Amino acid sequence: MAEVSLHKLNKFFDTTHVVKDVDLKIRDKEFMVFVGPSGCGKTTTLRMIAGLEAISSGEIRIDDTVVNEVPPMDRDIAMVFQNYALYPHMSVASNMAFGLKMRKFEKAEIDKRIARAADILGIQSLLGRKPRQLSGGQRQRVALGRAIVRDPKVFLFDEPLSNLDAKLRVQMRVELKKLHERLAVTSVYVTHDQVEAMTLGDRVVVMKDGVVQQVGEPLELYNTPANRFVAGFIGSPAMNFADVTLVESSGKVTAEAEGLKIAVPEALAARARLRAGRKATLGIRPEDLHVAGAADTAEHCFEAEVEVVEQLGSEILLDTRVGPALMVASIDPEMKVRTHDKLRLAINPARLHLFDAETEAAI
Amino acid sequence: MIEGSLWRKWVFYYIPLLLFIVVLLFPFYWMIITSVRPDGELYRPWNSVNYQPFWTNKPTWEHFTYLFEETNFGRWMINTMFIAATSTLISLFCGVLAGYALARLNFPWAGSLGTLIFITYLVPQTLLFIPLAEIIRDFKLGDTPWSLILTYPTFLIPFCTWLMMGYFKAIPKELEECARIDGASRWKAMLFIIIPVALPGILSAGIIAFTLSWNEFIYALVFLSSPDEKTVAVGVTSELIRGDVFFWGSLMAGALLGSVPVAIVYSFFVEHYVSGLTGSVKG
Repeated sequence: MAEVSLHKLNKFFDTTHVVKDVDLKIRDKEFMVFVGPSGCGKTTTLRMIAGLEAISSGEIRIDDTVVNEVPPMDRDIAMVFQNYALYPHMSVASNMAFGLKMRKFEKAEIDKRIARAADILGIQSLLGRKPRQLSGGQRQRVALGRAIVRDPKVFLFDEPLSNLDAKLRVQMRVELKKLHERLAVTSVYVTHDQVEAMTLGDRVVVMKDGVVQQVGEPLELYNTPANRFVAGFIGSPAMNFADVTLVESSGKVTAEAEGLKIAVPEALAARARLRAGRKATLGIRPEDLHVAGAADTAEHCFEAEVEVVEQLGSEILLDTRVGPALMVASIDPEMKVRTHDKLRLAINPARLHLFDAETEAAI
Repeated sequence: MIEGSLWRKWVFYYIPLLLFIVVLLFPFYWMIITSVRPDGELYRPWNSVNYQPFWTNKPTWEHFTYLFEETNFGRWMINTMFIAATSTLISLFCGVLAGYALARLNFPWAGSLGTLIFITYLVPQTLLFIPLAEIIRDFKLGDTPWSLILTYPTFLIPFCTWLMMGYFKAIPKELEECARIDGASRWKAMLFIIIPVALPGILSAGIIAFTLSWNEFIYALVFLSSPDEKTVAVGVTSELIRGDVFFWGSLMAGALLGSVPVAIVYSFFVEHYVSGLTGSVKG
């Protein structure tokens, strides 16, 4: 049982302001993912929760206790590091026992917990080995085991999968998810990989330049990004953006650019109308574009020239040019498309996004 | 390996290697052969008919017996051993703690302090022995092993500190952070995690410090005077060179026996020693 709350959290390294006024409540048993590009302050925030980094200003609470001044050993947390940080001179079993020994657990209890964790992670046969005799995936498991045996209030993960190869990463991701379901411990997970964020997180915090951009459930971030940064960061392939001007004529609002004239759907029209005549950024995800058919109205279509065709089997990614803008479209893999073809693409109007050109906030 | 034709291998690999081996090992050979050569052969003029400097047909132990029966050589060995071991332990203790502090505790001026310690290492002993002699006299430590045990750390501690600082910096700091999250205090994390991981580095520092103090000459020459208190390096040269008479056989026998402990220490820890110098920490 543990809630973690951050209140007006700030961190300066000398004069560099790396974490800015972060306010966040991580609920009990929640799997919270921090995601953002490198240098966005996500790891620093995690390290402040761990107590490895001093807090410049603000407050961190675990349950109802302010832990600002509590040393890491007394916070009852466990952390899994990117480079695993296994103690190289100790066997796997001793690695897992270390935290319990430091806390003066009985030998029998230590053995019981190690056996249980080893069973959960399937590393029973590795207990006698030294870390250097393990593969990357096995080391990762041992690092997880070392956290599990402690039975802590909060798990902290600092990019734990980024040192693994792609295939193993997917496999470990699934296992982490299962593990969280089984143990149900409040977890904070830092990653720069938006796929990990989307798949693992109960909720996701998107950060940039030390500022929280948006907090929400994965689908919420995907469907209603708060600003252009979140829209571009979440989703793969990334959302297409085009610089447009909002034009109002005869009661309708359109987003216009060279080679592009798209009617703004009703849901957005009221807010778009207030900005008529101003610049904006239009955003549309590749999967919300398709080759125009009979059902598509002209006001949601545009001409595009195919520059690159990427056949992925499950879909085709088309890199197309629309006026000065580049747009990627994900289309049916059965379509026959060649480079330099001119196509008529249609958007799904319900999934159109508009962002303010200056503040980049969603309109 | 050098690739290519045979002559290239010889010119760039075997011949330089052979030269190197000869240059390094010949002094040892010379030492051994001289120490077992009877005096009659040793002082034979180079132009006599049966002059053969590189070999002897009548090996003898007489120089070794002379060393142990007529001089205090056994005593010198014990003195040197005690002085080198004690000053090495003191220096390692201080060097490990100081090196850790400079590498890990982010206190102001840590960088400048590190450089300052290094500079003290650069002050030549040939200058330092003069003021140190004064200090030794004031503390009435002259002619005791403590005069050396307390002065050797003046150059050993900076050396150990610098070496250990580099080594500690190479150990991922996550290891220590993980230990601290696991429930260890800073002190326990250092004791149970960092020091065991740094063991190759500590051993290297210890071996080099031991060798440096074992071979040290000038302080030992200045601070010790009675034959009973001398170290091997000083004892052998002061007691076996009398005026212009060199007791070559015994001198070489003493040098040979004096280098044995160092050789043993090296060979014993050679694997750790190499990994200590190359700074490998396997994750």
